Amino acid sequence: MDALRLIQYSSRNQCVLSVVLHILELCARPLDIPKTAKTSPQKGRISLTFTEMARSLAGFLVLVLVASICEGSSLFQPISDSHRSAALELFTLDHGSFESLEETYEALRTFQILGMEKKPDVTAAACRFISETVGSSSSTPKDLFYALKANSIAECKIHEKASKGIISSLNAAVRGASSLLDFYYSVGGLVLIKDQSTKADIHLADAEGVFRSVKALSQSDGRWRYSSNNPESSAFAAGIALETLAGIVSLASSELDQSLISTLKNDISKLFDSIEKYDDGTLYFNDKLVDGHEYQGPLSTTSSVLRGLTAFAAVTTGNLNLPGDKILGLAKFFLGIGVPGDAKDFFYQIDALACLESNRVSIPLILSLPSTVLSLTKKDSLKVRVTTVFGSNAPPLAVKLVGAFSSGSKDASLVASQELKFDQVSGLHILNDFSKSIDVGSYTFVFEVVLQEPEDEKVYVTGSQTKVPIFVTGHIKIENSEIVILDSDLGSIESQKKLDLAGKNAASLSANHLQKLRLSFQLTTPRGHAFKPHQAFLKLRHESEVEHIFVVENSGKQFELVLNFLGLVEKFFYLSGKYDMELTVGDAIMENSLLVAIGHIELDLPEAPEKAPRPPPQPVDPYSRYGPKAEITHIFRAPEKRPPQELSLAFLGLTILPLLGFLIGLLRLGVNMRNFPAKPVPATFGVLFHVGIGAVLLLYVFFWLKLDLFQTLKTLGFLGVFLVFVGHGVLSHLAAASAKLKSA
Amino acid sequence: MAREKSSKDNAQALFHSLRSAYAATPVNLKIIDLYVGFAVFTALIQVVYMASVGSFPFNSFLSGVLSCVGTAVLAVCLRIQVNKENKEFKDLPPERAFADFVLCNLVLHLVIMNFLG
Repeated sequence: MDALRLIQYSSRNQCVLSVVLHILELCARPLDIPKTAKTSPQKGRISLTFTEMARSLAGFLVLVLVASICEGSSLFQPISDSHRSAALELFTLDHGSFESLEETYEALRTFQILGMEKKPDVTAAACRFISETVGSSSSTPKDLFYALKANSIAECKIHEKASKGIISSLNAAVRGASSLLDFYYSVGGLVLIKDQSTKADIHLADAEGVFRSVKALSQSDGRWRYSSNNPESSAFAAGIALETLAGIVSLASSELDQSLISTLKNDISKLFDSIEKYDDGTLYFNDKLVDGHEYQGPLSTTSSVLRGLTAFAAVTTGNLNLPGDKILGLAKFFLGIGVPGDAKDFFYQIDALACLESNRVSIPLILSLPSTVLSLTKKDSLKVRVTTVFGSNAPPLAVKLVGAFSSGSKDASLVASQELKFDQVSGLHILNDFSKSIDVGSYTFVFEVVLQEPEDEKVYVTGSQTKVPIFVTGHIKIENSEIVILDSDLGSIESQKKLDLAGKNAASLSANHLQKLRLSFQLTTPRGHAFKPHQAFLKLRHESEVEHIFVVENSGKQFELVLNFLGLVEKFFYLSGKYDMELTVGDAIMENSLLVAIGHIELDLPEAPEKAPRPPPQPVDPYSRYGPKAEITHIFRAPEKRPPQELSLAFLGLTILPLLGFLIGLLRLGVNMRNFPAKPVPATFGVLFHVGIGAVLLLYVFFWLKLDLFQTLKTLGFLGVFLVFVGHGVLSHLAAASAKLKSA
Repeated sequence: MAREKSSKDNAQALFHSLRSAYAATPVNLKIIDLYVGFAVFTALIQVVYMASVGSFPFNSFLSGVLSCVGTAVLAVCLRIQVNKENKEFKDLPPERAFADFVLCNLVLHLVIMNFLG
């Protein structure tokens, strides 16, 4: 629901925008380069003088004052065709029918209020739904209520038998009702069927008793509770209760006790005491957010209260004594929403405005302008329209322009109080020649509406004074524009070119760092006053796309910019060459804002010293920065140079040679196997020992060829244990034999 | 000139005495010496090969050379322990020393085979 607040605030954005523009203007001041040579040539520092700072502070104080004037100046437009086209888009059939009877009713009612042609398939779908609900005996009072509500618009036929059944079930519901919503649906249903069926004698049996039971749920602050068990009260429930009570009064067979009605009027005044207010003068009802499910936002709450109020006012005599300003504030609340995006919000808005359009309390009249921007060149006249919320004609009245105040000052009104002429044909109040004393600028016009028939004052409410922000635009004269190159020391003019800022220019100048450039022109409003636009810039762009922007200062009507190149050499990054010159003069109220290329200037600047700052890198095209980069071809490590295979094989042969040498040497030494044990057991051990060693060496060969370490270690474990056994056996035998020999 | 002749004679005489002394060593020690010589020779040939073609699979070169040098060292240890004239190892039976030699060789060659790549 906070989105609604944003939408409402958008109606005052014109005021906010002007305030923001003024702030920006004041902030732009630090960019200025002082005209005098206060900048030291070496450093080129820009310093704000004390007077300039004081000026900007004073400007800021004026802003605060302007903001206070801005309060309350906003424009509300009555319902227009944009609402009708939005309604067609929002209320669409989902698979040929609406989700529920409630939605069916909302769609039909919206189309009816806006005066749109009911689509035939909508009516057909609605009739199907209605007859289904009405015929079924298991329909709850809520279903019957919405079915009858939809039927009051769709006008489908209901059978006599069905309507008899409805009446009896609703009467039973009234007798058995305990909560507010039970009463609402049953009483409301009876009211509707009374209008729709041929039988005219539907009455509430014990009207006063029902009235009191509903009244019992009220609270002292004007709100209502939903049931006696639930302590939470809301204004939404109050609206429902008022509608129910209005229904009871209309169904009562005899006059109800007047004291009951007057206490109810007191409750209504108390309820209106709890009304809440926005800054722009709109009023609304809102409930505290207690439970997410039960919470109804300000829109539905205010809509419900209005419905209840107008229903009650319709059935009672006498005045409700509500101040008309409150009704006007409620009307502004609904109009300030604009076009809601949700079907339910749309219905609430349109239904509430329909209640305001014709009711017995007071009918609000809205002052609106077809256009708030007036052009002096086109000699626009000020047009004002006063209508009801739906744009229907108002009673005879006169619109007076009480005053026109300039947005930036608190001076007296610029125009005298005068009445606008009413044009019967168009329905507009027009003022033609107000513009003699009004110059271009932004203003706040104050209007007052005066009803011509005194009886109308009881029926309609117009509000006191309406403040409307108006923009007056016009053609600004640009004169005496010229660009001059001066000698820095002597001030003598080297070259001078007159510019025609309205047409094409191609001035071609050249300067070096010892000279100055002076650009000057005059701006005059249509009425001959001085004019300070929002934007007055000169842009110098180098060939390498480096840009420099300077603000053109003014004193009165004369605008002048002096660029002393001696002080700007470092700012320009010592870039010599051709600079394109472009002048921008613009404002919201200037009809001929311009952005023109003046020409070129060839600047000759000295060479950059070692430590000079480089120009900033120009923004890279984002597509190229984030686009695909150059492909990298990976260079794999070149394989090592291997020796030729023959050489390797030759050396392999050479390696075998020492082994052969060893074997030959063994033979020469005369090795023998005499020490090999003779007995069978040690002999086998010996054999197995050699076999085991051979097996281990074979395992190592396999390890090198294909096995991995774990497999090798596993096998080696087994072989090692075996080898230890047999080795121990044979070696211990040999040791014993040699010991025996030694001892012997 | 006389001095040169005498030095040559001295060298020859030294060489002869060494040869005769060596002939007196027991046969098993000579076998071990032969084994050591064989191992060192193989290592030398591998170094010459590496010097000529470059040390590309350096791990292979290292494991080859280390295998030879390692087994030579173990053989020298065996010779020390088996030599009867060595009083330090008088109580150590030579079979025991041989068993150690075999075991250490097997472990050395396991590591070598792993490093060979």
